[in-house]
This record gives sequence, C-alpha cells and structure tokens, in this order.
Amino acid sequence: MMILGSGLLALIAVSAFVIVRTDDVTNQIIALSFYGLLFALLFFIFQAPDVSLSQITVGAIALPLMVMLAITRMKHRAELNSRQEKKP
Amino acid sequence: MSERRRLLLFLFGAVGLAAIYCTGIRNLPPFGDYRGPYGDVIAQLAVYQRHATDTVNAITYDYRGFDTLGEEFILFSAVTGVALLLRPDKEERKRRNQQQSNPASFQDRAALSETVQVLTTALFGFSILFGFYIGTHGQLTPGGGFQGGVIIAGAPMLLYVAENFEAFRRILSHPLIELFEALGAAAYALVGFVALAVGAPFLTNVLPLGKTGDVFSSGTIALISACVGVEVAAGFMLVTFEYLREILAREKNEED
Repeated sequence: MMILGSGLLALIAVSAFVIVRTDDVTNQIIALSFYGLLFALLFFIFQAPDVSLSQITVGAIALPLMVMLAITRMKHRAELNSRQEKKP
Repeated sequence: MSERRRLLLFLFGAVGLAAIYCTGIRNLPPFGDYRGPYGDVIAQLAVYQRHATDTVNAITYDYRGFDTLGEEFILFSAVTGVALLLRPDKEERKRRNQQQSNPASFQDRAALSETVQVLTTALFGFSILFGFYIGTHGQLTPGGGFQGGVIIAGAPMLLYVAENFEAFRRILSHPLIELFEALGAAAYALVGFVALAVGAPFLTNVLPLGKTGDVFSSGTIALISACVGVEVAAGFMLVTFEYLREILAREKNEED
C-alpha cells in the first residue's frame, strides 16, 4: 500500500510538471484531466471512496470542461478584439 | 536590476523558504497517524445513531449538516454568478428570437467520428441511471447526492459531444434547470426548518430512521442527499448551458 501510494504521488508530481511544461492549452487541459484521475486513484487506495468518486466527477471531468469552455470563450473575445483593431 | 542581483535576491528567498519549510515538516505526525478522538467515536456510533452504513455521508449530511449547507450555497452562488455574467443583453436576445424563427440557420461545424457518436449516445441512458443509483444510495454505499448529481449533469454533455448544441438544448429547458437549481438549494434549508417546527435544533435528524441497510432509511440524510443531487445536477447543467450558448452565439455573429 505504501509503495503504491508513493508511486502514485511520484506520478502526480510528474504529471503536474508535464501540465506546466505543455504549451498548447488543449493538450494542457487533457493532461489536467489525467492529473485529476490520478488523484482519484490516490484517494481510493487511501480508503476514501467517497472523496474518490467526487474527485473523478469534479477533478477529471467538470474542472477540465469548465476550463476548456472558459478558454474557448476568451479566445473568441481576443479574436474579435484583434479584428476590430485591424479595421480602422 | 541586473541579472546578478536578481539571482542573489532569488537565492536569498529560496534559502529562507527552504528553511521555513523544513522546520515546518519536521514536526509533522507520521504518515497515516490519526490523533483526534472524533473520527474513532463517530465510526463507532454512526451506524447505531443514524442507521446509515456510509459514515462519511452521515457526517456530511447530518453531524456537520450545517457546514454542508454553507458549501451548498457556495456552489449555488457560483452558478448564479456565472449565469448573471453570461446573460444575453437586449440586442443578443432580439437576434436570438429571429434565429428561432429560422431554426435551420445554424449548425455546429465539428466533424465527429462515428465511434464517438455511437459510444456517447449509448452511454447516455446508462449515465443517468448510474447517477440516480449513486445519488439515492449515498446512505448505504460510497456516493451520495453530490456525486450522483454531477454524473446526471454529465449525460447532456455526452449528448452535446455526440450530436450538437441543438440536441443539448432540445432536452434541457433553461427555465426548468434554473428552477430546479433554486428548488434543490431551498429544499435543503427547508429540511432544516422542519426540525425547528417540531421543536428540535436546526437540521436535526427528526424523520424516522428506518431499518439499517434499506434505501429508505437514515431519516433526513437520504432526503438532504437527494436535495443536493437536484441542486448540483441543475447547477452544472446551467453553467454548461450558459457557456455553450455564449460561445456558439459568438460564432454565429462572426459568420454573419
């Protein structure tokens, strides 16, 4: 159990590093979802299945989705602004 | 500031942080060590006192139900804030009314693989059923209203992935999910007032506890869990709805 937990913690550290070093936002969000899933596994082997279930739904699905939607919206606004600046 | 000085300043900060961090973690209790008495006491008593075999939910929705009520309203106000920020202005509303008179004018452009479409459509019903199962069995097994609610809210998102926003909008009524979000949050507080009405403190578990292990047991725990499920499902659907509508309305504007 101890080895499994330590291994997972190491994996989480690696995936956190990968998220920070990823340049493309879409890839970053997919990595973020994987990072959330690793946390769900960690909570599960620490015998907290309730937290694990919440973590799967929130950390691996809802949070990346919200980030993705918010980023898409911001990109649109940035595009519109740059287009308006070019016009005059 | 020169590069050399900046590096020196960084080193100064880094050494200081490392020193504080090391003294901080030196006196941490060993891994997996638990000192407080409350966890052990509740683990012993919860099943007898509340007839709920999942102690975690007995704590969340009963022993510390007032805290959960606060958390519930954090989510509620966050969702309300998003809905308020993304509300369509007058001009947009007018444009949208015109759009509705010509429903075929806009379609999502994403091309999808058939595998994704078939899988997500097939999973739609299962995810709703699974969400209801998780949400209604929180007092017996791991899960509960929050988890079940998010799973149910995931079902229309699957439909959006499989089809398009039109399909998503056709199965969700915007005023209805707004109403359910408010009803879920209000119902939680009302369950608390039921206890006041019979002369007990706020959020006391006053309903009959039933037989341990039954779905209809543990009194208000199952009821509050269901209220939370309604609120969370409607809240997540509402946020997704608002964002998608906003993004697609912008795309439509650019096409014109």
